[in-house]
Amino acid sequence: MKFKIYPALLTIFFIIIFFVFYKGLQNSNIYTPSADLKKNIPSFKAKIFLTNEKISSEQIFHSDKFYLVNIWASWCVPCRDEHIFLMNLSTQKNIKIIGINYKDNNEKAKIYLNELNNPYDKILFDENGTLAIEWGAYGVPESFLIHKNKIIKKIIGPLNEDLLLEIKKLAE
Amino acid sequence: MLRFLLIVLFILNFSFLNAQENNLNNKITKNLRCLICQGQSVYDSDSEFANSLKLLVEKKLNDGLNEKQIYIYLKEKYGEWILYDPEFNKNTYFLWLLPILMFIVGGAIIFKLFNIKKN
Amino acid sequence: MASLIGFYSLIFGLCVSFLIIFFSIKNFKNSHIFDKKIISFTFLQFFFVIVSFLGLILSFVHSDFSNQTVFNHSHTTKPLFYKISGTWGNHEGSLLLWLLVLTLFIFLFLLKSKNQSKKYRILTLLFQQIIIIGFFIFVIKTSNPFNYIFPVPKEGLGLNPILQDPALAIHPPILYLGYVGTSIIFSSTLAATSLNYISKEWAKHIKQWILISWIFLTLGILLGSIWAYYELGWGGFWFWDPVENVSLMPWLALTSLLHCILVLEKRLVLTSWVVVLSISTFTLSMCGTFLVRSGILNSVHTFANDPERGLFILIFLFCLVFLSLFIFFFFHKTQNKDSNSFFWLSKETSILINNWFMIYFLSVVLIGTTYPIFLEVISSEKISVGPPFYNKLIIPFLIPFLLAMAIGPKLNWIKSDLKKKFYLILFLIISLLLSVIIIKSLNINFLVNTILVTSAFYLFFITLRDFFIKGFKNLSQNLTHFGFSLLILSILFNNIFSTEIITNLKIGETFKTDKYKIIFENIEQKDEQNFKAIIGKFNIENSDGKTEILKPELRIYNQPTIVTSEADIKTNFLVDKFITMNLVQNQDYFNIRYQIKPFMLWIWFSVLLISFGGLISLFKKKYEV
Repeated sequence: MKFKIYPALLTIFFIIIFFVFYKGLQNSNIYTPSADLKKNIPSFKAKIFLTNEKISSEQIFHSDKFYLVNIWASWCVPCRDEHIFLMNLSTQKNIKIIGINYKDNNEKAKIYLNELNNPYDKILFDENGTLAIEWGAYGVPESFLIHKNKIIKKIIGPLNEDLLLEIKKLAE
Repeated sequence: MLRFLLIVLFILNFSFLNAQENNLNNKITKNLRCLICQGQSVYDSDSEFANSLKLLVEKKLNDGLNEKQIYIYLKEKYGEWILYDPEFNKNTYFLWLLPILMFIVGGAIIFKLFNIKKN
Repeated sequence: MASLIGFYSLIFGLCVSFLIIFFSIKNFKNSHIFDKKIISFTFLQFFFVIVSFLGLILSFVHSDFSNQTVFNHSHTTKPLFYKISGTWGNHEGSLLLWLLVLTLFIFLFLLKSKNQSKKYRILTLLFQQIIIIGFFIFVIKTSNPFNYIFPVPKEGLGLNPILQDPALAIHPPILYLGYVGTSIIFSSTLAATSLNYISKEWAKHIKQWILISWIFLTLGILLGSIWAYYELGWGGFWFWDPVENVSLMPWLALTSLLHCILVLEKRLVLTSWVVVLSISTFTLSMCGTFLVRSGILNSVHTFANDPERGLFILIFLFCLVFLSLFIFFFFHKTQNKDSNSFFWLSKETSILINNWFMIYFLSVVLIGTTYPIFLEVISSEKISVGPPFYNKLIIPFLIPFLLAMAIGPKLNWIKSDLKKKFYLILFLIISLLLSVIIIKSLNINFLVNTILVTSAFYLFFITLRDFFIKGFKNLSQNLTHFGFSLLILSILFNNIFSTEIITNLKIGETFKTDKYKIIFENIEQKDEQNFKAIIGKFNIENSDGKTEILKPELRIYNQPTIVTSEADIKTNFLVDKFITMNLVQNQDYFNIRYQIKPFMLWIWFSVLLISFGGLISLFKKKYEV
């Protein structure tokens, strides 16, 4: 009788493994860090774009307003695609857009903004990408919706219609 | 015997190759996953993200943080996925202990089933 | 046209399966003599798969973009060699390679098993046909290499440039001969179990198939590492990446099996364990195929991800697992417990110890690779398991493993003693002294490295001594173990003695340390068939005063538009000099990485020695009575 336990146990064991792999197949493979946790914004000091002035995060973010932090660069192709949505958003009175110019060349960035218009209330200059890492970003473009010094939504990739509507709704 | 000595002498000549200094920055970046690559460490990768992260690690080391603190800092930003050396916490008890368990069980099976005689 | 023939050839191949099954079952029941027709049908099936494979190759060579696979993975400007190798550099084409090896091996098996019983041969064929039919259906239904697209595009999407490399061109065929070859071991083991034929004669017979599979698998893994080293540009050759692990796991199981078969050849013991290992080896191959092709794991080397295909393989895999479980528990007769007595100092026991450690290593790799999947399903947490995990769990156990590897072959079958083997202790002391001298002057962890190097040296000297004293006796085993000691020593010394310089340089600048001087002389541009190259010329002066010119490249491919960094590697007997050059975003300087890597050639050579040892064992049969 003892002998029969092994086949039964093994069969059950393999059935469990099967279901785990089956479930695993259905999970998305793209890693998006838990976006529901409302994390605090990082505390930092950064250079202002095109000047040598330094500014601190406390001076930029006031708790009663909404902010959209947008990481962009002139060499980034999807940034061009999302720019029109940023321009649209800049007309909203209740959201201020803070830009972070990521690993860019000053001249090229200036030309980019002249060509496509400037939706940013302030622009910070992230020369070597370390500021973006403080925000937990991977690259460009990425955007963060901020309120009361907390990140309430993180957007990886360029903005689109749906995301724009969602941001507007959240900012009411 | 002579051949043996010759081999030993040959091997001893390798002392001209000197070892690299232990570089903490390298050690840390080798343990970090490049998050936009398909399976490379930050140390090995030349992507934008990896390069920025290498600079950040150096900056934090200069600020006086030790290895563990840097890992905690990055874990807070990016989650545990960025670390290649899985920590030993409640999520990973089985990960670290199961192989050891297999080893012990294997040894036990061999001893019991195969009646190893010593006489 | 070629694609059309290829497609119908596949269908015919599948149909032949049913012919084979019909005649096999008839022959099984009716006559006493094996029906030679069956071998012809097996060959016919293999022939159809070859025609199908050739059909795909021709479609690639002619750049027939009406074929979806060709469109997705090729381009008119690709060099001919890579047009051909691109055939199996994608998911659909590589599955044709699976079918090729599956049908080839069963055909060869039938040819070479003429002195075996009819029932055994037919059952092996039937089990193999189950696998073959499964793969035919998988290909035709979910991964058809002959899908037609209309309107026919004028140009293809191109092949990923990192796959355009000679080592990668032959890596899949060689690897699959080993990896897929384990199917024949699986099938014949199930057949032998059903017929209660697990015996010494069966062990002698199956040993050659285990060896063939093992040799190709070893070489296949070697080629993969060589490709990674030369092409991927990071200077490493093993990263414990899921796809690498997936090829290593069957290798570990197969090596354990090989050692057990050596015991089974001589004594009727370990029968259950041999069956379990045989089944596990192929199961690991199938499991690996699932992990890599379904998109469930994240890796630099995965094929196109498609959960539908993943589901098919998963179900197929578990059908095979449950079939094996059924046959094992229903048919297998365990041996008498009394015959399972081993004397503690004997070759049998040392082989048991080998298996003990190898299965431990296997479980480390298996758990490390699949654990993230389990964790994510159960708790939605995502973690990474990388090199530090594997190093921590494997390296300490390598020490007793190497020592056992040195002493084990010295023991006799059944019973042994260690009298008159004074040299065993002498060599240990010499190895220890040697390691201490080498490691002492270095700024690294003394204890662990010394003990590791000592055990590796110990195995090295013991096997070396055996070459001189024993000559050609047990040559294959000696060569393989010697190769393994050389591998561990090369990897250890490569790790310990590698140096690296990372710096940013503009054209014309020089970088100096007290040991090296790197002069970035100039860059030149060159146009090739499907890429433009920017070649940097570096003049590097080493501590001994000698200078060398190294020329790393940046390549801008036309289709797909990818920029790759090609390392320039100067190899000599003792050391590799490795340099890569990379663009830095928005800057006018380049990031230069110069590495000095000793003993790289020895790492490749030692694995060749290991395979060669296996090869000798294979041909030794011809000269033995």
